[in-house]
Amino acid sequence: MGYEAGQYDVIVIGAGHAGSEAALAAARMGCETLLLTINLDMVAFMPCNPSIGGPAKGHVVRELDALGGEMGRNIDKTFIQMRMLNTGKGPAVHALRAQADKFAYQHEMKKTIEETPKLTLRQGMAEELLVEEGKIVGLVTKTGAIYRSKTIVLTTGTYLRGKIIMGELMYESGPNNQQPSLKLSASLKEHGFELVRFKTGTPPRVHKDTIDFTKTEIQPGDEQPKFFSHETISSNNEQLPCWLTYTSEQTHKIINDNLHRAPMFSGAIEGTGPRYCPSIEDKIVRFADKPKHQIFLEPEGLHTSEYYVQGLSTSMPEDVQLGILRSIPGLEKVEMMRNGYAIEYDAVVPTQLWPTLETKVVDGLFTAGQINGTSGYEEAAGQGVIAGINAARKVQGKEPVIIARSQGYIGVMIDDLVTKGTNDPYRLLTSRAEYRLLLRHDNADLRLTPIGYEIGLISEERYESFLNKKALVEQEIERLRTTKVKPEEAQPVLKAAESAEIPFTVDALSLLRRPEITYAMLESIIPSELALTEEMKEQVEIQIKYAGYIEKQLLQVERLSKMEKKRIPDDIDYLEVQGLASEAKQKLSDIRPLSIGQASRVAGVTPADISILLVYLEHYNRVVAARG
Amino acid sequence: MIQDTIAAISTAVGEGGIAIIRISGPNAIAGTAALFQSRTDLREADSHTVHYGHIVHPATGEQIEEVLVTLMRGPRSFTAEDVVEINAHGGVVAVKKVLDVVLMQEDMRLAEPGEFTKRAFLNGRIDLMQAEAVIDLIRSKSDRAFSIARKQAEGLLSKRIKALRQTVIELLAHIEVNIDYPEHDVEEMTTAYIRDQSQIALDEIAKLLKTANEGKILREGIMTAIVGRPNVGKSSLLNMLAQENKAIVTDIPGTTRDVIEEYVTLNHIPLRLLDTAGIRETSDLVEQLGVERSHTALAEADLILFVLNYNEPLHADDRELLDRMAGRQVVLVINKTDLPGKLDMEEIEKRFSPEAIVRMSVLQEAGLDYLEKAISGMFFEGKLDSGDLTYVSNVRHIALLKRAQQSLLDGIAASEAGIPIDVMQIDVRSAWESLGEIIGDAVGDSLIDQIFSQFCLGK
Repeated sequence: MGYEAGQYDVIVIGAGHAGSEAALAAARMGCETLLLTINLDMVAFMPCNPSIGGPAKGHVVRELDALGGEMGRNIDKTFIQMRMLNTGKGPAVHALRAQADKFAYQHEMKKTIEETPKLTLRQGMAEELLVEEGKIVGLVTKTGAIYRSKTIVLTTGTYLRGKIIMGELMYESGPNNQQPSLKLSASLKEHGFELVRFKTGTPPRVHKDTIDFTKTEIQPGDEQPKFFSHETISSNNEQLPCWLTYTSEQTHKIINDNLHRAPMFSGAIEGTGPRYCPSIEDKIVRFADKPKHQIFLEPEGLHTSEYYVQGLSTSMPEDVQLGILRSIPGLEKVEMMRNGYAIEYDAVVPTQLWPTLETKVVDGLFTAGQINGTSGYEEAAGQGVIAGINAARKVQGKEPVIIARSQGYIGVMIDDLVTKGTNDPYRLLTSRAEYRLLLRHDNADLRLTPIGYEIGLISEERYESFLNKKALVEQEIERLRTTKVKPEEAQPVLKAAESAEIPFTVDALSLLRRPEITYAMLESIIPSELALTEEMKEQVEIQIKYAGYIEKQLLQVERLSKMEKKRIPDDIDYLEVQGLASEAKQKLSDIRPLSIGQASRVAGVTPADISILLVYLEHYNRVVAARG
Repeated sequence: MIQDTIAAISTAVGEGGIAIIRISGPNAIAGTAALFQSRTDLREADSHTVHYGHIVHPATGEQIEEVLVTLMRGPRSFTAEDVVEINAHGGVVAVKKVLDVVLMQEDMRLAEPGEFTKRAFLNGRIDLMQAEAVIDLIRSKSDRAFSIARKQAEGLLSKRIKALRQTVIELLAHIEVNIDYPEHDVEEMTTAYIRDQSQIALDEIAKLLKTANEGKILREGIMTAIVGRPNVGKSSLLNMLAQENKAIVTDIPGTTRDVIEEYVTLNHIPLRLLDTAGIRETSDLVEQLGVERSHTALAEADLILFVLNYNEPLHADDRELLDRMAGRQVVLVINKTDLPGKLDMEEIEKRFSPEAIVRMSVLQEAGLDYLEKAISGMFFEGKLDSGDLTYVSNVRHIALLKRAQQSLLDGIAASEAGIPIDVMQIDVRSAWESLGEIIGDAVGDSLIDQIFSQFCLGK
């Protein structure tokens, strides 16, 4: 059985957030690309919260937009609420978060995919990978179609041997009762992959008309929404509010009374769940003294009555879920439209990957998204775009693209995964980045547009406008550095801002360094003749105000970049490196880091091991050089 | 790594003579110049010149030490980097103080074991043949550093540092949760909260630094364990050495019950003596604890004084101990030579070279000169390490504590100046990292762990 169904440069298995980005990137880079999905109606579906962004995650969306990814543009077209979070804090952690019309979101993404040249979207379930001499050559679907390809990107989400668990009930299923992929895991194992079992969960959905919103607090969007994509200029999207309520004493009682029926505690769940996204039963057990927990009610779209109950992820039995819902103020008479559930799935141990997201196990096979042990649409999309780019570049015989930790959250995430692995579903947090002040929401385009342009995912036109922005910002900073402000000019503004007087003429730049002085205030004294947008002014202000801290971090980056640039040859045999501790030998042989920098982040590798490795490499290079 | 500047005392620790502090790296010259009061400006000085002056405290201007400073500009130096060598008069306390202020300079840190040699190699100053030696040096020294670090990790200081770090990490986690979960119902971070939490940590750091300053405990010296079965005369030997040599006697809290420590200089060689609690198998729990610590002391000693009773035949315990001495630097002290000889000298002489066997009678205060000679012999033949790591790790602790202190103060100042929490967090984080370096704790994922154990988060 089986028939030859086609030959491609890149095949992407799975059309979720990782798969969509991977396929779009590969096709746009000129590769004949096939995007295969179990169900065409589930392209870019949001099986959990109908929102995109937030701290670190929103940063990733901005970054992948700068690299030419689609998520930013797509959410800008389909949001039903936009909020800038953390505005009271520093610029590095300002974070955009959108509520999506989840149906519009997936339809829009599907449309984009369908209209992209060189990209074929097809329904089909991949069941077997075809590998020859350690290289991927194709796959076979359930219906017997044989697709040949030079590279494959696997983005299987929670479908791999997916199992839904709810109270005593347990059945094989993908998310939202989709068909699970039951055979692909075996194929992966057969080719030498180590798999782990992870778990995640989702809360119930309820009917809008049965919510008493008067008992909740309104959470509106921003009146002047900002956008994820650097391309989006304006939007007329209608915005809907979210609503905040809390669990009650009764909620906690119901949960405690039914703990024996909770699969989390009865032992029915074997997969490791995410720490950052515990179920409500988990929260109540672990934080028993917390009297109430926040619950946000979020609309799932403009044309649906379904509301997502954020904060109530649960795998309790259906009857208990209803009881929990109705114990919450505002939800006393609520109708549950879908129940919450936990889902277990197979993932690949991510230390089996190179930082390019190609697997070390099978040449030409890439993985991205939840299969790599992450969680979250944005994390998936960020990996997807990198896997797609690198699959395409491999086909084209070009050097892979690796985003450094100092260049983006995408780099932080991938480096964490492939260097350290993860014990539970990995979520990005801003605290995972050591150079948070450099990886800001506002400068994602400054950091990554040049890379996006170089690989051909950013248009000439957009690149021109980027260069223009960059030049104007630099010119304006230079102007402030050289413009002197006299005491009598500055005094009214300083007084209004309760800032100390200046006894003599100073440059505008040093005034702006004062925390209480804003760019807008300076503008009123010494307006610029440059055509600056609000975004550019913000850049100027941030770069000046936090220059001290930014320079400190840049210095650290520069220092470490020497280590990052120090490449380790592929053929190094760590067991032969005299003096390395045995743990380091083992770990380094497993991870096979590409650089000394990466090696230094491998758990169990000490500074002394790194010293020894440096000495060994120097030795090695001299021997190689001597051989000519 | 190659970019920062490293410093260390590069001469053996001891009394008298000249001690040299070697500094290598891009900031070696400017960093020293900032501390150096002299008629010449080091920054302008020619390579391979020597300058007279004083090392002064950068903050107070207090003169610390009269010194000669040698300047060698890279690549014409041992490491091929800019190198400065400060020749001090040697008094241990003064040298320590000089190193102290050197390490307070920007981008300056204590050299890792073997690091000068390593840099020399990486910069092409040492030929290929020596690569292996460099590796050995790094490995052996860092293994020792590890065991010292572990010993201290088990100790009192480490407990206090851990508690201190916990205070800091709770503050950090609180800041992080405010940033990463902006809509979550946790207490908003305020300047007052940051100041109060930081102050708790600052108070504790001040206390720790005070003990470091007040005590002036000279922790340097060759770690010397006095070992033997009970009643062979270990404590008497210790007392004799301590009295005869006008020792600087200290009590190290928490260890005196089981292991007594004394600091003596024998023939100008500094020794740190450990009297172990009598090594033998025991069922008594309390005693067992003491014995365990003795074993630890034994394992970490640079030099072992193994005491045997001349008046008794070799005991099974003695033989077991002798077996464990293989490959170690041992001086065999045959005590009680005033009593009739029952010891199996033939067997002993088979196992030990004549230079390593010392006959003495502690009771009659006889034979001490032989002991001195045996130890000096080993020392000057380079068999004994001067134990500088123990000494230096102490300086290192003080430097790191001061760094943590400064970071916390910077953090408070930043917060009060209206710097946002995600920016001032950089200061708090570096305080936490400095404290972590003291106990050798990797940064890793512990902050993330703390966030999720301290706060109830989720969607």
